Amino acid sequence: MVALSENVAMAARPPVARRAPSPVGDRIFRSAAFVSALLVLAVLAGILGSIAYGAGPAFQEFGFGFLTSSAWNVGREQYGALVAVIGTLVSALLALLIGVPISLGIAIYLTQLCPGWARRPVSMTIELLAAVPSIIYGMWGLFVFAPLFARFVQIPVSNVVEGMPIVGTLFYAQVPSGVGVLTAGIILAIMIVPFVASITRDMLDQIPTVLRESAYGIGCTTWEVVRHVLIPQASVSIIGAIMLGLGRALGETMAVTFVIGNANRLSASIFDPGSTIASRIANEFNEADGLQLSSLMALGCILFVVTFIVLIIARLLVRRAKVA
Amino acid sequence: MNASPAAVPAPTAPQWGRVRAGRRSADKLLIVACTAATALGAIVLGSILLMLIIQGVQGFSPALFTQVTPGPGSAGGGIANAILGSLVMTALGIVVATPIGVLAGTYLAEYGRGSPLANLIRFLNDILLSAPSILIGLFVYTLMVRPMGGYSGWAGGVALAIIATPVIVRTTEDMLRLVPGTLREAGAALGAPLSIVIRSVTWRAAQSGIVTGVLLALARIAGETAPLLFTALNNNSWFSPNLMGGVANLPVMIYQFALSPYENWRQLAWAGALLITVTILGLSIVARLVLSGPKGR
Repeated sequence: MVALSENVAMAARPPVARRAPSPVGDRIFRSAAFVSALLVLAVLAGILGSIAYGAGPAFQEFGFGFLTSSAWNVGREQYGALVAVIGTLVSALLALLIGVPISLGIAIYLTQLCPGWARRPVSMTIELLAAVPSIIYGMWGLFVFAPLFARFVQIPVSNVVEGMPIVGTLFYAQVPSGVGVLTAGIILAIMIVPFVASITRDMLDQIPTVLRESAYGIGCTTWEVVRHVLIPQASVSIIGAIMLGLGRALGETMAVTFVIGNANRLSASIFDPGSTIASRIANEFNEADGLQLSSLMALGCILFVVTFIVLIIARLLVRRAKVA
Repeated sequence: MNASPAAVPAPTAPQWGRVRAGRRSADKLLIVACTAATALGAIVLGSILLMLIIQGVQGFSPALFTQVTPGPGSAGGGIANAILGSLVMTALGIVVATPIGVLAGTYLAEYGRGSPLANLIRFLNDILLSAPSILIGLFVYTLMVRPMGGYSGWAGGVALAIIATPVIVRTTEDMLRLVPGTLREAGAALGAPLSIVIRSVTWRAAQSGIVTGVLLALARIAGETAPLLFTALNNNSWFSPNLMGGVANLPVMIYQFALSPYENWRQLAWAGALLITVTILGLSIVARLVLSGPKGR
């Protein structure tokens, strides 16, 4: 029996001993994968290194005063980061104030209220907002949103608050053109909504259904379930998602460049034009030289440090969020 | 006696008659607010598309795709060179990023799994994924533009590759992790070394997911403007094949033309914006359909 089947097998195929696969190919593949992974490390180190190197002369010239000076004078070679840093922080903060409630609302709608058949198309619509290029948001902000905003918000509000003590300084627009720090904040809010909403939705989806059902079972309304069960359960990841949105808002360039007005002065009013680190780099980089170039690099360095701290905290809070 | 959990009707809404008015209105408010937030998102997307269609469609003509961008003040012209430049640099970026990203993702998912180095790289990759793209522009400027003495298409391609890589690394790793371990064991039991198991078993099983990652990366870099501003810049003449010197591309063209005083420049910017947005939205829809196709979400 055994001999026969062996014979048949031998007749069917000549007995070629199969060579063991060479270990060399295995090793090459493994090293290629390893080197590619190391490239990620190298790129991040390279970004830090190159920007710090470029910023060197500016930090040497101005020292710590670079951070506290609000000068930006190309003719006299005096540069300071204060206006851009404050503009960046204020516009990002406004973006969070406006964008976070909307994002949470969308996430709650998608997980709790949306009928099953509409869930895919609605979440696709929200995610497509994330795919729109930032320059398109800039154009939309400048040509569609800003005129409406000037006409229906800035002018009426300015008329009402003119001369009032605190509100008057905060909300009075000297030139109600629609562009300004608040407009930038609103556009940024729209841009971060899809990211924050989709991460929050994923986190809410991961909460065990039992928790939700038991709350409904004792007679809770949807609002009470959201308030007392879902939000506390997902709070850490929601804060992480918000930080991730903050990271995006801090570094966003093109949309902000279109709508912030690009003025180098400090104004107490959020209706007035300002500038952010990213918008200033985008505006001046190509014509800059010498100390101005180095100062722009120094601004980039500050942006690098701030966003990376924010992103690191965010990623620690949100362990594995979806691909943005 | 024991009713199965599925048979019990899910408690969807409480009995409204027994709920106090305050609690009832809080609930109503939540529902209205959440629906309004979602509607707002849809309205913004719709408004952006409407704006692009109204402003952009008038600019569509054969000249758009056959003529180069006009100089300041001269009439007519198209955006053929910008379309070609964008295609070439995006292709360059994706061709460089795909092998590196897939291999790095493979290392993270297959070789490095729990090692501290792999965890560090995974973490830094996530950071790089959301890093401001303008910083990547500054990096490539210092790395390539200054040493090479001028703006170049190569630098633009490299900048786009750096943006695309983390997206591909992330999706590749996620998709490889979804491949069941038994498939790998079956491959290993046949005596295949790990590299062959990965190439002919694991990669094949994760194929559609990896393709999705590449499509998403493509959608991400096709509209990037900030890094190209410092690397490829722009050029009003026909694209030259050696990629040295500035290369015209859609995003930077849109940025420069949209704010210009010339009527025909602005029209070209709108047409370009419509073209690029429709392309990118199409790419992301395809990518999401590929991803959710066989497995479902």
